[in-house]
Amino acid sequence: MAEDGDIRLDLRLARGDFTLAVDLRLPLDGTTVVFGPSGCGKSSLLRAVAGLEPCARGCVRIGAEVWQDAAAFLPPHRRRVGMVFQQAALLPHLRVLDNLCYGWKRAGAARARLDDWIERLALAPLLDRLPATLSGGERQRVALARALACEPRWLLLDEPLSALDAERRGEILPYLEAVRREAGVPILHVTHAIEEVSRLADHLVLLDAGRVTASGAALEVLNRADLPLALREDAGVVLPARVRTRDAHGLVLLDTAAGALYAHSAAAVAQGTSLRVRIQARDVSLALSRSEDSSLLNLVPARLEALDALPGGQVQARLCASGTTLLARISHLSAQRLGLRPGQTLWAQVKAVALLL
Amino acid sequence: MTGWIDPAHAPAWALAAWVTLKLAGLTTLILLLLGTPLAWWLARTRSLWRAPIGALVSLPMVLPPTVLGFYLLIALAPEGVFGRTTGALGLGAWAFTFPGLVVASVLYSMPFVVHPLQSGFAAIPAPLLEAAATLRAGPLDRFFSVILPLVRPSFLTATLLGFAHTVGEFGVVLMVGGNIEGQTRVLSVLLYDQVEAMAYGDAHRLAAGLLVFSFGLLLVMQWLGRRTAVAHG
Repeated sequence: MAEDGDIRLDLRLARGDFTLAVDLRLPLDGTTVVFGPSGCGKSSLLRAVAGLEPCARGCVRIGAEVWQDAAAFLPPHRRRVGMVFQQAALLPHLRVLDNLCYGWKRAGAARARLDDWIERLALAPLLDRLPATLSGGERQRVALARALACEPRWLLLDEPLSALDAERRGEILPYLEAVRREAGVPILHVTHAIEEVSRLADHLVLLDAGRVTASGAALEVLNRADLPLALREDAGVVLPARVRTRDAHGLVLLDTAAGALYAHSAAAVAQGTSLRVRIQARDVSLALSRSEDSSLLNLVPARLEALDALPGGQVQARLCASGTTLLARISHLSAQRLGLRPGQTLWAQVKAVALLL
Repeated sequence: MTGWIDPAHAPAWALAAWVTLKLAGLTTLILLLLGTPLAWWLARTRSLWRAPIGALVSLPMVLPPTVLGFYLLIALAPEGVFGRTTGALGLGAWAFTFPGLVVASVLYSMPFVVHPLQSGFAAIPAPLLEAAATLRAGPLDRFFSVILPLVRPSFLTATLLGFAHTVGEFGVVLMVGGNIEGQTRVLSVLLYDQVEAMAYGDAHRLAAGLLVFSFGLLLVMQWLGRRTAVAHG
């Protein structure tokens, strides 16, 4: 059946005065990120998928596999799920290897899977340690490998980075990306960090107060200016990019849909690498003419599409650069002085381009 | 004291010691079997019954043993609630018998087994059990592979406390079991008899023996408690 080619999530869960009600169809490959503020119900949604919310009603179908519908409710241990919890939830009385084997053994998965993930997540030196002796980042890596070793049909990540500090997050993000590329299972990743969305999402679901406000291809949803996402302090756009050159000082020249852009990268990125870049609205300023006497490297011609007023005397300009949306955040006064109006051709000066490796 | 050497006429203290150990061992075993599900339920339920049942389990800690003994005596007697059941089952009435003593001891020592288990169960973080469930472990599997290993120190405490407290009971035993040598006379009752008979030499030896035994048991518990604390730290 063609019906089986996707994931169907139709769940309702009432708890006190909070109600979660979602009806989603998700792609059967890639990473779906559910993004929303804390308390929006995203963790409950994930738990309901895993079968940890016995009061959740509705349907959970992944491909042809039905975990829950009007007639049946599989308990968590009968769902072929892999789950990583916020606090890792490693079994404290078992060594790392025994934690990894706990689910692997019960799932009857292939030996090669276990060895594979031990290697890819660099766990070999930790195998004999007890969880209490691991750092937060190490714990999450073990939890990831433990879930993946079961050969899950669907990998669920419940804010796996939220308990870590910025440095540890930076350590574990590359592993998450490796999992995204190499696991070959759909991933449902719940987070309230825009960075994780920008880097990891193929499909994006925005959740607010238990309701879905948007669901679609990640870059489309991220760059849509009509969503509350565009009004956040850290609003911006995410673009696919390819590395053209990198010089000895770490300056990288990127080809993007909006044009060629320079960015700094501490990490070595090879020529030809595909990646994403994020350009925040507050890092883009506007000029009526191309300024030849500026230190700024990134100057992009763009057409002004619209001006949205923001609180605090600011306006957000929606620009179209070679068919791609850019956002620029400037003061209301600057907009007046420049005499900005939709349809005008401008130069967008991009102060910073963040590489999302 | 005569008959020290002749095994056919075991001394009174040896008979009493045997009854005491048998009673304490059997009581502890039954309490571990009954107390484990009860403690789990008390630790996890949100039922309205939790408070009254919890209070009932704790009651022997504050109730005079004679009160419990009195009601049990009435219940176990041939025309009592419990006595009629055992009678109908062809087991006879259990007042002044060893089985009656076991029933009384199970009730009397229950809080000392249930409380440590209950706090052990309550201390297990829910996400651990959820994680085990998502790793394909069913409910029984989770009990043996996660819960039991994590509450092992609580089980040790519960076993030692249940045993020691049963050895230490007096009032309930006297009310329900009477004082039949070789059947229901336990060490604490024997000591009472010796004092009544002004056999102070025997009483001294017995009292000192019980004191050393109880102290030793609690000392072992303290050591075990520290060892597990260090292992988890």
